[in-house]
Amino acid sequence: MTSLTDLTLAEARDGLRAKKFSAAELARAHVDAMIAARPLNAFISETPVIAKAMADESDKRIARGDARPLEGLPLAIKDLFCTKGVRTTAASHILEPFVPTYESTVTQKLWNDGAVMLGKVNLDEFAMGSSNETSYFGPVENPWRKPGDNKSRVPGGSSGGSAAAVSARFALAATGTDTGGSIRQPAAFCGIVGIKPTYGRCSRFGIVAFASSLDQAGPMTRTVKDAAIMLRSMCGFDPKDSTSVDMAVPDFEKALTGNIRGLKVGIPEEYRVDGMPKEIEAIWTKGAEWLKAAGAILKPVKLPLTKYALPTYYIVAPAECSSNLARYDGVRFGLREKGEDLTAMYEGTRASGFGREVRRRILIGTYVLSAGYYDAYYLKAQRVRTLIARDFENAFKEVDVLLTPTAPSSAFARGEKTADPIAMYLNDVFTVPASLAGLPGISVPAGLSSDGLPLGLQLIGRAYDEETVLRTAGVLEQAANFTAKPQTWWKQ
Amino acid sequence: MTAPTPALLKGATGDWELIIGLEVHAQVTSNSKLFSGASTEFGAEPNTQVSLIDAAFPGMLPVINAFVVEQAVRTGLGLNAQINLRSVFDRKNYFYPDLPAGYQISQYKQPIVGEGIVTVELRDGSVREVGIERLHLEQDAGKSLHDQHPKLTYVDLNRAGVALMEIVSKPDLRSGEEAGEYVKKLRTILRYLGTCDGNMEQGSLRCDVNVSVRKPGAPLGTRCEIKNVNSVRFLQQAVDFESRRQIEELEAGRAIKQETRLYDANTGETRSMRSKEEAHDYRYFPDPDLLPLELTPDFVARIKASLPELPDAKAARLEKELGIAPYQARVLVMEKESADYFEAFVAAVQKRTGKAQKDIGQDCANVVVTELFGALNKDSKSIESSPISPTALAGLQALKMDGTISGPTAKKVFEEMYATGKDASAIVEEKGLRQVSDTGALEAMVDKVITENPKQVEQFRGGKETVITFFVGQIMKASRGTANPAMVTELLKKKLAK
Repeated sequence: MTSLTDLTLAEARDGLRAKKFSAAELARAHVDAMIAARPLNAFISETPVIAKAMADESDKRIARGDARPLEGLPLAIKDLFCTKGVRTTAASHILEPFVPTYESTVTQKLWNDGAVMLGKVNLDEFAMGSSNETSYFGPVENPWRKPGDNKSRVPGGSSGGSAAAVSARFALAATGTDTGGSIRQPAAFCGIVGIKPTYGRCSRFGIVAFASSLDQAGPMTRTVKDAAIMLRSMCGFDPKDSTSVDMAVPDFEKALTGNIRGLKVGIPEEYRVDGMPKEIEAIWTKGAEWLKAAGAILKPVKLPLTKYALPTYYIVAPAECSSNLARYDGVRFGLREKGEDLTAMYEGTRASGFGREVRRRILIGTYVLSAGYYDAYYLKAQRVRTLIARDFENAFKEVDVLLTPTAPSSAFARGEKTADPIAMYLNDVFTVPASLAGLPGISVPAGLSSDGLPLGLQLIGRAYDEETVLRTAGVLEQAANFTAKPQTWWKQ
Repeated sequence: MTAPTPALLKGATGDWELIIGLEVHAQVTSNSKLFSGASTEFGAEPNTQVSLIDAAFPGMLPVINAFVVEQAVRTGLGLNAQINLRSVFDRKNYFYPDLPAGYQISQYKQPIVGEGIVTVELRDGSVREVGIERLHLEQDAGKSLHDQHPKLTYVDLNRAGVALMEIVSKPDLRSGEEAGEYVKKLRTILRYLGTCDGNMEQGSLRCDVNVSVRKPGAPLGTRCEIKNVNSVRFLQQAVDFESRRQIEELEAGRAIKQETRLYDANTGETRSMRSKEEAHDYRYFPDPDLLPLELTPDFVARIKASLPELPDAKAARLEKELGIAPYQARVLVMEKESADYFEAFVAAVQKRTGKAQKDIGQDCANVVVTELFGALNKDSKSIESSPISPTALAGLQALKMDGTISGPTAKKVFEEMYATGKDASAIVEEKGLRQVSDTGALEAMVDKVITENPKQVEQFRGGKETVITFFVGQIMKASRGTANPAMVTELLKKKLAK
């Protein structure tokens, strides 16, 4: 039998139901792996005691034939989801001492479906970053390294801890959040699957907000099927989130028919950006061929405003963040730096509580919303955003799904882009447009780069059509047959 | 719209016209807050009515309170205003400890209610139409308590997130009196609608006043906004002080600086709070946590159909259908509770006497406005705590109308009822106040008084007929007011003529 940590979520689920092993054993195997993998710095808070208690409860349920959809399955939770009684930091010093008295809707739904919590995983501070290097709790190591090279690679961001935990097999799956690519890009960098559903599918209640009009939770898993299973548990209308959509949640697993005959797949030419590495282009072409071989019809499509997506995103997201993060003022919770007067307390708390990248985005956001600049920046960006969404609408009149690379490179070395925010922001160039349009997007591992690092392909679908996205992803996954695993260098 | 006749102020350099616009913040009557389920009850222990949403904990999201939306629409309809079927909530960003999120959710460019009109009656009987610019919904802030600790400020978030309607008038007001009457009228309308309790002492209704002055006919002058004006009296004081101050500045050759000023109730003065340059940049933008608020025409129509009769319509009806004098009609409708009392009273009198509204209306109004309001005012009592119920008062009125007691006796019985809460007929029986209309009994009284006062009889017969009032008075006195005065007069005339 394969080791318990090598099972997929679906295999573990079926194994538990067939009583091949217990939930306690499964949890124990993952807790051990989690502890062994501490050098990756993927966890901010480990919760082995909670994992044990939840697994024991699962075993009782399984014993009396009362298993729920995710019964006994150990998950890592991005430390942006508020968890009742468990410290929730958003990887920021300002929330370092914060223990919520409430549970996010998404995690509550996972627990209601029987999932087991391993702990809270690392991320870029307040989910702002593309390399997991902005965390107050230190950077996360990508489990993947170039063969024969000891240099640390970034896991991508912001859901870097989630991606590392799933890739290095110390969580069966993890929750992520995606604002401009924070699920899809780390999934690509770590060789796993990550789906950002349509904006509104998952409740944002209890998720520490970065940019409210873009933030969306989603699963990070090792297979498309696992993503489908977990997504079903995470989605659903929540009256506590006015932007959540009141729509039935499909059985996504059933959508994985493997049949994409006649499906029209769009290849947006504008994603062929300057300076894109040859191997990214090659994997993209290969992906298109796989889908064609499975009976899909390839069509070039135009998304002319793609090049404006990144600048638009970097106005809208910081604008919302500058307002969303105003509540961290030292008055009611989290860090407080005492000061001689109110202003000194505010300044001291926020200067020491927020890291450089967060401060940069608050400043940008404050600037673009300021009197005299609002029209030129924020309002213009909102208009462009509407036009980008229209671009997609037009494309989806001709095709059912779009195929693009997930990121313009494989995982880069730690520190490589930290000095140049623009170079860092360019990592989001392929993921940001779908975020702005609120569309579902998935990253599927498609192969390895010439230096042995994972590469991902992205599929973007129509709003609320996660089923087509998942079905196509399943076909892509099968054709790519991505079986490579990171070397477990951290165990040595 | 009737253009306001400028009430001019005399200055050293001639006349000045005063221009006033009001922003009234009215707390919406609702059990829970604008975006959370926390209670809105006044006077609770600090920080006991605060949800995680009000305290802006991480990951908390606002959800609009549908009842508050209904209240805003109801108010808009009551102000004869345009209801905007699509409105947008924006964030107004600024840092302050009693503003937990660091922003106030308000409506900036697209308010729920647009232009409307309020009719205001002035003391001289003239009527003014005051334009409403807009009404929007917004959250209230918490309270900073600076007097609890020598160095620290405490924060009470009970009020944080409570729903307010900001009602902005056009600059149509021309004097402190007009501004005061406008606020009173607005308060009356809100109370009729049940959308705000109008309690200025508890802060349910607060005013910011914009004041500027100009030479008649000149373009609008620079305005100052006065904050913290929390009663009608203070409003008039603040306007008087501020207009005088501005005229003095201008006449001394200085310019008015656009600024926010604070009214000090202790001194009756206004003082500078912050200048235009120090004004916050609120960085308004649409709140991404909330979708635009979309209303259906049906929803608005349903609320419109359920509107109560408003004071102007009610006063008109009292005049027309009950024949009540305009001034009394206005007094009766000023408070919804008074109007309700009056109408219950009239209905009860009708039931007892079977008379038409039109025939009893004016007399009923006299009793309520003169007797009852007079007594209540003297005791600073509200109509709700009146010791005489409408039905009890109707009992008294019926006794007066069917001649059981005389007018003067009715006044006495009223006083007794007011003091003891007893029933009118019980008092009449107990004290034997029933009016004597029996000719035999009255003749005996008349004979007696004629016999006892020969001097006055002589005077009468000598041509001084006014002396008859002396006889009537004697008889009324002897009968403790129970003698029917009309019959007594009749009998006296007959007997004295002999």
